[in-house]
Amino acid sequence: MNQGKLNNETGLCEGGKQTFTISAFSENHIGLLTRITIIFTRRQVNIDSLTVSGSAIPGIHKFTIVVYECREKVEQVVAQIEKLVEVLRAFYHTEDEVIHQEIALYKVLTKSIIEGNKVEEIIRKHHARVLEVKPEYTVIELTGHKDETQALFNELFDYGLLQFTRSGRIAVTRSSKEVFTNYMKDAGKNSVEYA
Amino acid sequence: MLCLINEGVDTIFGYPGGAIMPVYDALMNYTDRLRHILTRHEQGAIHAAQGYARVTGKVGVCMATSGPGATNLITGIADAQIDSTPVVCITGQVSAGLLGTDAFQETDVIGISMPVTKWNFLITKPEEIPAILAQAFYIAKTGRPGPVLIDIAKNAQFGMLDFEYRKCIKMRSYAPEPRLSLDNLKAAAALINSAKKPFILAGQGIILGNAEEEFRTFVEKSGIPVAWTLLGACALPRQHPLNVGMLGMHGNYSTNIKTNECDVLLAVGMRFDDRVTGDVKRYAKQAKIIHLEIDKAEINKVVHADIPLHGDVKDLLPVLTKLVDRRTHESWLKEFKEFDKIEEEIVIRHDLHPVKPGLTMGEVIHIINEKTGGDAIAVTDVGQHQMIASRYFNFSINRSFVTSGGLGTMGFGLPAAHGAKIGAPDKQVILFVGDGGLQMTIQELGTINQTQAAVKIVLMNNKYLGMVRQWQQLFYDRRYSETYLLNPDFIKVGEGFGIKGKKVLERPELDAAIQEMLDFNGPYLLEVSIEKEDNVFPMVPTGASVSEVILEPKK
Repeated sequence: MNQGKLNNETGLCEGGKQTFTISAFSENHIGLLTRITIIFTRRQVNIDSLTVSGSAIPGIHKFTIVVYECREKVEQVVAQIEKLVEVLRAFYHTEDEVIHQEIALYKVLTKSIIEGNKVEEIIRKHHARVLEVKPEYTVIELTGHKDETQALFNELFDYGLLQFTRSGRIAVTRSSKEVFTNYMKDAGKNSVEYA
Repeated sequence: MLCLINEGVDTIFGYPGGAIMPVYDALMNYTDRLRHILTRHEQGAIHAAQGYARVTGKVGVCMATSGPGATNLITGIADAQIDSTPVVCITGQVSAGLLGTDAFQETDVIGISMPVTKWNFLITKPEEIPAILAQAFYIAKTGRPGPVLIDIAKNAQFGMLDFEYRKCIKMRSYAPEPRLSLDNLKAAAALINSAKKPFILAGQGIILGNAEEEFRTFVEKSGIPVAWTLLGACALPRQHPLNVGMLGMHGNYSTNIKTNECDVLLAVGMRFDDRVTGDVKRYAKQAKIIHLEIDKAEINKVVHADIPLHGDVKDLLPVLTKLVDRRTHESWLKEFKEFDKIEEEIVIRHDLHPVKPGLTMGEVIHIINEKTGGDAIAVTDVGQHQMIASRYFNFSINRSFVTSGGLGTMGFGLPAAHGAKIGAPDKQVILFVGDGGLQMTIQELGTINQTQAAVKIVLMNNKYLGMVRQWQQLFYDRRYSETYLLNPDFIKVGEGFGIKGKKVLERPELDAAIQEMLDFNGPYLLEVSIEKEDNVFPMVPTGASVSEVILEPKK
C-alpha cells in the first residue's frame, strides 16, 4: 500500500494518482457547498465533477465529488470535510468500489437524422434514447460512464451537434455494509437539540 | 444581550458602527451584567477576546460592525482558528433586503471568514437569534475549540421576538465527544509499559481540556519525561522534575535530540506543527507513536500514528493512568540532563547571566522570574522575545501563557495581554513585546488607559525586527533588508496615552526598574534597550531534522 503517498517537500504523489469518488452527507444549509469546495481549493485539488442533491433521508443532502488525486491527499480532504460542523459523514472510494453513472444530453439537427440513416445507426449502437423531436432539432439522452457518453459525443459531432451537456457523477457503493444508513439510525431526526 | 447573559458572558470586547447600532443600543440596558470594553481597533477587540478566553477557559466574545469592522477581525479569527481558541464574534450586517446590493459598509463577511472559522452563520430573522447564538457557543467551546462568527442583519436586530433561551446540547452532524477505543488504550498502555525510552510531547489539548491534573497524575505514575510545544507550555509546571523542556525550532537541545532517540513517542493533544517536527521525513522514525487527539482530522495528518487514541485527553488520560505500570526512567532522564549541561554552557548562561555590556532578553525574564516566583501570566507578541519568553519564563500556574503560536501574529501581544488581565484581574499579567509588534497595535494603549487594567508591558527594544534580522544574519549573509526601525520615543508615546513608564539602558538599573514596574498599581510600560545582535538559540534551521539542532551560528 505504498501507492499514493505524498512527498512533503515537492508535494508530488509517489506511486501515482487515481480516480476517487468522495461522498459527503450534510445538513441542507446555505454556504456548505463553499465550505466544502474551499477544502479542495486550499490543497490545490481539482474537482472533476460535483453533484449535490437531496439524499434518501429528508433534510440530508449528498455531495458526490470526483477527483483524480493521490490517495493520501484524498484521505486528508475527506477528514477535513467530515470535520465540518454540518457534515454528518464523508467517505471516499476507488473506482472498483462504486457503481456510478453520468447522464448526457445531445441536441442535434433533425435534418441530419432525416437525411441518411447514419445518425439513427449511432443512436441505436449506443443504446441512447430520444427525448424530444421538433422539426428543427432532436434531443438525445445517454446514461453511462464518461467514456461512453464521450464516445457518442465524438460520433455525433460530425453530424452537427447543436448543444451538449453532461452531468456530474452519481454513485452508490458496492459494499454490502450500509455505513451511512446505519449511522443515521443513531443520529436522530432533529439536526439540533436544545436543553 | 439576554442570549449572551444566558451563556454566562460578562465581558464583551468591541467597537460600534452603523450596522450594529441596535445591539449597542440594547447593551445600554444591561450594563449592570455585561461589561463592554471599547477597543481602539477591531483587531484589538478580537485579540483581547482571545487573551480573555485563553486565561479563563471561557468563550471570548467580541463585537464589530459590518464591512471594515468585520474585516478587521479576520486576522484574529484566523489566529483563533489555528490556535483552537474559543471565541464568538458578533458582527452587524446590512438589512436582509440590501444583501448583495453593495450597500454602504456591506461585505460578505460570511464568505471571507469561512476558511478561518469553525462555523459561521448569517441571521436574517429576529426569531433565529437565540437558537443560533446557542449553537455558536456550543460549537465554539466543545470538541476542538475554535472561532465562530455570527453575522446579524440589521433588520433582525430591530425585530421583536418572544424570548426563550435554551442552550444547545447536541447537533447530529457534530460529535465533539468521541467514543474511546478501549482496545487502543490497552495497546497503548502495553507499549508504554514495555518501552525503554518513552517520551511525552505535551500540547495545548491538555490545557484546552482542563486536564492538567489528569496529565500530571499520568506523568508521575508512568515516570516518563515530558517536553512541550509552544502552546503546551504550562501543561506541566516548569519546575516539575519530569519536565525536560520545550520542543521545536527554538526549543531545548535535549528535547529535539531525544525525539529522534526515544522508542515510544506519546503525543498528547498536539498537532505536529512543522515548527515542532522540522523535516518530517527524518522525524522520530525509530519510535512507535501514540497520538492522543480530540480532532480526528489531526490523526495521521502529518505524522503516522501507530496507535491513535481519538478522544478528549481529560477522558483518555485517567484510563491510561490506570493501565500503565508505575515506573521511573532514571538513566533515560539522565541522558536529557547531559544535553542540558551542554546547552547551559553554550547558550543559557550567556542569555541569563551575560557578561557583555549589552542587555539580553533572557536576563530580563530571569529577573522577573525571581521576583514573581512564577506566580504570573506571561503574554507575548511574536518574534525573538516570544521564543526567549517561552524558553525562560517560569510557568508554574495553569493557563499562564498566552501567545500566538500557529499564525504568528505580530500585534497580538498588547491587546491579548489586556484581555488576559481583564480575565484574570487578580494575577500579575506581564506582556513581553518587541518594538516591531508593539507598533502594530499600539493604539490599544488607549484602551488600557480607559480600563486601567494593570498590564505590565515589557518592551524589548532592539531597534530591529529581530527574528527576521536573525534569519538574515544566519541564512542571508547579513543582508539586513528592511528590518531596521526608526522608532518613536515609546515612553513619550505611553505618556501621551496616560501610561506610566520608564526606559532602561544599563544593566545596573534593570533590577530596580522591574521591581518598580511590578509594584506599580496600574498599567506600566518598561522599555528595555536590548543588544541589537542578540540571537535565539538553539535552532533547528528550516528543512533540517530535529537531530540537527544547532547551538550557535556556524563559524
